[in-house]
Amino acid sequence: MITGAPPIVTGRMAYADAHTLERYLATGGYDGLRRAILLGPDAVREQVDKASLLGRGGAGFPAGRKWSMLRKADVSYLVVNGDESEPATFKDHLLVERDPHQVVEGAIIAAFALGVSQAFIFCRGEFALGLERLQQACNDAYAYGALGAGILGSSFSLDLVVHPGAGAYICGEETALLESLEGKRGFPRIKPPYFPAAIGLYGAPTVVNNIETVSNLPWIVVNGGEAFAALGAGSSTGTRLFALSGRVERPGWYELEMSKTTFRDLVYDPSLGGGIRDGGALKAFIPGGVSAPWFGPDQIDLGLDQDAVARAGSMLGSGSVVVMDDTTCAVRAAWRITRFFARESCGQCTPCREGSGWIEKMMRRIEEGNGREADLDLLMDACDNIAPGVSWPPQQTTICVLGPSIPSSVASGIRMFRDEFLLHVKEGGCPMRAAR
Amino acid sequence: MAHLSDENLERARRLVAVYPEPRSALIPLCHLAQAQDGWLTPEAMEDVAALVGVTPAEVHGTATFYDMLHTEPVGRHVVAVCTNVACMLAGAYELLEHAQDRLGIHSGQTTDDGEFTLEEAECLAGCDTAPCVQVNHRFFGPLDAASFDQLVEDLRTGVLAGQVPRHGVLCRVERTVGLLAHGADDRDVGGVGTAEGSAT
Repeated sequence: MITGAPPIVTGRMAYADAHTLERYLATGGYDGLRRAILLGPDAVREQVDKASLLGRGGAGFPAGRKWSMLRKADVSYLVVNGDESEPATFKDHLLVERDPHQVVEGAIIAAFALGVSQAFIFCRGEFALGLERLQQACNDAYAYGALGAGILGSSFSLDLVVHPGAGAYICGEETALLESLEGKRGFPRIKPPYFPAAIGLYGAPTVVNNIETVSNLPWIVVNGGEAFAALGAGSSTGTRLFALSGRVERPGWYELEMSKTTFRDLVYDPSLGGGIRDGGALKAFIPGGVSAPWFGPDQIDLGLDQDAVARAGSMLGSGSVVVMDDTTCAVRAAWRITRFFARESCGQCTPCREGSGWIEKMMRRIEEGNGREADLDLLMDACDNIAPGVSWPPQQTTICVLGPSIPSSVASGIRMFRDEFLLHVKEGGCPMRAAR
Repeated sequence: MAHLSDENLERARRLVAVYPEPRSALIPLCHLAQAQDGWLTPEAMEDVAALVGVTPAEVHGTATFYDMLHTEPVGRHVVAVCTNVACMLAGAYELLEHAQDRLGIHSGQTTDDGEFTLEEAECLAGCDTAPCVQVNHRFFGPLDAASFDQLVEDLRTGVLAGQVPRHGVLCRVERTVGLLAHGADDRDVGGVGTAEGSAT
């Protein structure tokens, strides 16, 4: 790592057989669980609090605080969210395929700390190989004694189910995920209650943690929360798995120390992104998944820091960075992202269901050369109806945050590249088409 | 008379037993039915409904919400070309156009011989290998016109049969242990003890 921080979740990626129990055990696997059992649930929770581990799914909510909200009840559940579908995000994909035991061990540690005896890993259905490896890891963990009754000789017992999704972006939203896990359509639940920790799966208190979040737990338990918190800065502690894509020389995943690494490092460092593809110039970048407002080149020196990115008007989100260069058409990029939301809107709330479709049609009409100058104001007006004020963080008129994510790319495009939109209108088509 | 084979019915019952509530098995059972038939037939949905205790209409209404569950026949190979922003920036639309020409079908259609269905997919989380393609949910990428043609050829000749099972077959690793939901009895599916008395 360019800052000298140790790899926390990608330490085994150099091994082609990292997904096997044999390799996992040979590289410290299940040491975290052993130590957790020795420490007891209270001490494990304390370490996670000390680590200040932020949830890695997208919202960045502190994991320890989420745990502390779990309502006391006879039956409660842990659900690990691996339904990774935010465009340009591929970290969970990596973790389930390449280090599934780490996910399983993390889930067991979380369940132990929470006093939960039934857990689920909800894995995106399209990850066929990931599902096979998770299921194998789960089977192996039972045989090894890390799952089932009396785990590793303790009195702690846990059942773990690997559950396949069936293809729906919305199921990454935690209440939609629970609906889906109950065998229903993935419709997000009306809030309040705001957190499944109060009313979750089958109405029982439930903690939902992201795959990457739980993958950090074995290291935190072995090395201590303070060692984790010593990495990064401010509230952005530890390392994080960043997914880099778009117009860079070396797209890929990079585990980086938070806050102390910058977007410039990620995009330009020869050991990371390696610069803009074909020697082009940076035009804009999306700092945290397509739900996030875009940044221009002037923000490239920002740290990979949750608070810093929020202050600058966007979000670190799912940790996926999309790079656009001078051959990228801003209208086309924003249209394609809008089309995604239009396809994936679950249809419950009118602003999202209708708004996404209308915005997508208007964006397409501009890109195809049939736009009007007045469309730009109309687009902003439609955005305003979904997320009043079109500001960040967005106001919400819908049950979940899919709706308010729609304006991000459209408003970014119009605000940053208004002239390019107008040129489409004036020239009756995309001026960048020849460059592609 | 059930539509699912005896073997799959047994698998299905085990899956239902894994969950605290039977309906949670609805989607896994739809995957199981799709693995048997290549798509989700009305007859299979009736079996799924009976197994989890809902009406066939509820199974259908749930299944149609999800992209992976096909309630109409599809080809042996479902080729999904991602065109979302990361792949688009790497030439995904050009690749999709080529795929349509090569297979002689539009996105959403199936070849006359039933070998290929072409789909335009949303982000498949393969952005580091953009533009990426999934065939029956197995990843390929980055692909250009030439490597796409080679892929189609390899699928036709069966070279990739081990890596890419027939459409519908998702997870080829089965549970080797029975999971026992809260309050459930040991159903003797080779499982561990009960999950009662958890935590310390």
